[in-house]
Amino acid sequence: MSQNEANLGYKGEALEALTKAGCEVGDIVRVTGDGKTYEGILIPRSESGNNKHVVVKLKSGYNVGIRLSANVKIEKVGKGVKPSFASPPLPPQREELPKIVIMSTGGTIASRVDYRTGAVRSAISASDLYGVVPELADLAQVDTQILFSIYSENITQKHWTKIAQTVAEHIAQGAKGVIIAHGTDTMAYTAAALSFALQNLPVPVIVVGAQRSSDRPSSDAATNLIGAVKAAAYGPFAEVVVAMHETVADTTISFNRGTKVRKCHTSRRDTFKPVNGLPIARTADNNEVTMLTTDYRKRDPSAQLVLKPNFSEKVALVKFYPGFDPSLIDWYAERDVKGILLEGSGLGHVSARCFGAIQNVVSQGVIVALASQCIWGRVNMNVYDTGRDLLSLGVIPCDDMFPETALVKLMWTLGQNRDVEEAKKLFKTNVAGEFSPRTLPQETQIKEGGA
Amino acid sequence: MAVDYAKVGLKVGLEIHQQLATASKLFCSCPPMLFKDEPQMVFLRRLRPTQSELGQIDPSAYFEFQKGVKVLYEANRETACLVEMDEEPPHPLNKEAVETVLTASLMMNMQPVDEVHVMRKTVIDGSNTTGFQRTCIVALDGWIKVGEKVIPMQAASLEEDAARKIGTEADGKIIRYRIDRLGIPLIEVATAPVIYSPMEAQEVALAIGRILRDTGKVMRGLGTIRQDLNVSLPNGALVEIKGVQALDLISTVVEYEVQRQLNLITAKDELTSKGVKAQDIKEDIVDATDVFKDTKCKVIKKAIDKKNVVKALKLTGFAGFLKRELAPNFRIGTELSDRAKFWGRVGGIFHTDEMPNYGVTTEEVKALRKAVSAGAEDAVVFVADTAENTVDALKAVVERAREILTGVPAETRTAKEDGTTRYMRPRPGAARMYPETDIPPTLITSEFVEHVRENLPESAEKKLQRLAKEYGLNEKLATQIVDSEYNTLFENIVKESDVSATTVAVFLTESLKALKRDGIAVENVADEQIREMFRRIGSGELAKEAVSDVFAWLSKNEGKVVRDAVDALGLKMLSKEEITVLVDRVMAENKQSIEKLGKNAFGMLMGLVMKEARGKAKPNDVSELVKQKLS
Repeated sequence: MSQNEANLGYKGEALEALTKAGCEVGDIVRVTGDGKTYEGILIPRSESGNNKHVVVKLKSGYNVGIRLSANVKIEKVGKGVKPSFASPPLPPQREELPKIVIMSTGGTIASRVDYRTGAVRSAISASDLYGVVPELADLAQVDTQILFSIYSENITQKHWTKIAQTVAEHIAQGAKGVIIAHGTDTMAYTAAALSFALQNLPVPVIVVGAQRSSDRPSSDAATNLIGAVKAAAYGPFAEVVVAMHETVADTTISFNRGTKVRKCHTSRRDTFKPVNGLPIARTADNNEVTMLTTDYRKRDPSAQLVLKPNFSEKVALVKFYPGFDPSLIDWYAERDVKGILLEGSGLGHVSARCFGAIQNVVSQGVIVALASQCIWGRVNMNVYDTGRDLLSLGVIPCDDMFPETALVKLMWTLGQNRDVEEAKKLFKTNVAGEFSPRTLPQETQIKEGGA
Repeated sequence: MAVDYAKVGLKVGLEIHQQLATASKLFCSCPPMLFKDEPQMVFLRRLRPTQSELGQIDPSAYFEFQKGVKVLYEANRETACLVEMDEEPPHPLNKEAVETVLTASLMMNMQPVDEVHVMRKTVIDGSNTTGFQRTCIVALDGWIKVGEKVIPMQAASLEEDAARKIGTEADGKIIRYRIDRLGIPLIEVATAPVIYSPMEAQEVALAIGRILRDTGKVMRGLGTIRQDLNVSLPNGALVEIKGVQALDLISTVVEYEVQRQLNLITAKDELTSKGVKAQDIKEDIVDATDVFKDTKCKVIKKAIDKKNVVKALKLTGFAGFLKRELAPNFRIGTELSDRAKFWGRVGGIFHTDEMPNYGVTTEEVKALRKAVSAGAEDAVVFVADTAENTVDALKAVVERAREILTGVPAETRTAKEDGTTRYMRPRPGAARMYPETDIPPTLITSEFVEHVRENLPESAEKKLQRLAKEYGLNEKLATQIVDSEYNTLFENIVKESDVSATTVAVFLTESLKALKRDGIAVENVADEQIREMFRRIGSGELAKEAVSDVFAWLSKNEGKVVRDAVDALGLKMLSKEEITVLVDRVMAENKQSIEKLGKNAFGMLMGLVMKEARGKAKPNDVSELVKQKLS
């Protein structure tokens, strides 16, 4: 073990003093000086902390930080026990129950704290999740797999491809449903990506996360996971959905189509809201999955999955704002971008000052599509001059797709086709419920939150 | 029963929790206040023991989880935001609260830590929406002097107060909590277990309370201070008693706890000498619903009508023991009943030591004894409720009865207003604490410590001398004011109004005590209204004799002001003309007596006039007028 690993987070003076005293994180240490004495377990230092303090866990369980100075002495009085993470044994499988798979990719749902040192570990395994929620054993036979252990902000198109391929393998092996545990930050992007990549699904694919880490008693991970397992094992639909809290209460889990769902709050449990759509299903009060619409793809074990897992990395999302510099559009084209998703204003506009740049990149064969930064609603580029001008420049309106889904779709479209005209055609086709011809008044979530 | 506390080896440690009067809560910007109306929103949650807790989890909490107990939280907009709802991470630690705890710590000669680290203490009974209480140590290892004795102080911590339990519903499956109190800053100070008598415990608590009040930054009134006592006897057990709210109850609570433990030890010895063993108490729970099918007992009849059941259990050798008193109005039967209520969510239990009673007949008792094959030496406990609850309740009774044969169980108890204590939960294992990673550590620099040290508030002793000197209070009044929650208010009033310091002091101590005795909720009246009363007295708009009436009215009419009280009570001061008319009338009515007594009629006349004008005229004005009219 390197010294840095042994003294997690310590730098500079503090690291030097600890090294000199031969102390490692987890050791029992005594710190004396300035008329005070502290004895306890040496705790890792958070990355943001300064390098003049050491942190000790006292016998009472409290941590305190102690400032180092010339007259402060550190000594090691005992060897600590290294933390170990023993997963509880998996509950016995009941063979009469449907087989499903939980794949873990990382994120809050898969993070926990080492109670002794306070270090956060982001690699709780899928089987840990299963161990945390033993009730799952009464719902399904669960097979678990760790695919990645990464925060969702580090997910890329390559990960989407890998996830889609793995889901397809599990389905080919007879899984009655597949669950992907995912960090919530970019979970909606992944759900959209899988919606495009996994076509003609025979069974449900559920993307699930948590807003409170699973080491907390109040975590939403368990309830979200139970809802996800119910849907994977028994849900009558065969689509890619996101399963999360519908309100701030633990009573209801809603299932939203992967192309129509967005993270809308930084911290609330009910952060995932349907945009230009409504939940397709729900579980309330621990009951079974209830469908909320008749317009959904039915579970059909005989269906043959069509896997289209490729995504282009040459696509950019460009947000328009007052004073936007049009040369930014040219900048992207110079970097060999094949598709630009413009996040325009209102019904679908950008400043007339951008027209030249747009015309230029379109003529180079770049696909330029436009979705609205209003998030809710449909673009309509026939109402104002600006919209009509943009249409005549070759900009593709994204209808009621909100920007993130439109971006993912553009990446996917360009991942399938080298021919620009073919790609444009595919982009305009409704592949996974991303377009809806009718928008109902209740599809706009402008209301006071609450249970 | 006179107990030699030194001989029985009593040891008491104190933990005092006091709410701080900061501008906002500990981890968000909500005001630290409660609400009384109906909640504006409710939401249902479930707390789950986390993986690493399994095995070391608070057993009662795990039990509740397994039973599917849920928590319904109540909130309103004024007193809680997303932070209390556990829908938003905590904001940084409230600096004002840290400074207050630091002030109190220095006054108790403690050593501040260099860096404050907020911890999460696992609590999954629902009282914290997160499932943990946030708490941090600010200072360690100090002392205070109480009389001649030095009391070591172990630590001063800053923590968030918990949500308030409102009640339970759905056969105990849903617990209601109100999250207004959640997040109010609390200082916690703990003494070493070096207190050896009930009275000493009370004196130490008083001394600590005084220091906390001297910071000028603590809340006042019922529920703002909570005293926990750790009481232990070498032959008994360490029992943690939570939530003693009144200071003068502390000695009684300790006395009763010692009695309870000693009586439990006696009961154990007697049962043992009768040959009763723990393994004789069997978990043989019998359905006795049939015995009560025609019962006159209302509670049981109601349960049977609801299709619930009656279950019964024999306690071998316990006949006569269940009615045995452990503390005033508190019997071994009560101990069993408390456990049954907690683990079985039932309203209570019946037992044969109290039968026939409550409409249960001698015949029913006979049939019941037969049903569980109980002999004359045995007691029978029975419960009417749902099948699940009755079984849980009787299992808990078995466990508690077995414990009687091994001694005093170490447990957490809660203090009642009469000084007795009730079972609250098993004693938690080693506190499960882990860092609150959402809050960066707070640095306590030596410059900051020096700044606080230089601005420490006056000590109680110095204050006592100053009050006597500056305001001419006698020693008794000065002491009462220093000991009261009102010492800051006292000085504010005296400084801003023309009322004598003694009058103000008497009101804030003796009059308020009398009002409290009469059942007036003194904490309902805001400081500002008390100040307004005295401003009016000073300016002659209100008679000082009316002050108790005005105060009582205000306490019953929260949100109203002094002017409203004066109007409602008809206490507007009489004008000089009105007093003259009144005096003239009284003199006319008593013409004969005046003629007979001459100037000696003064006392009689004063009495008669003041009877009508009390609170509406200054006695001085009246006496002057009467004197003038008589001459």
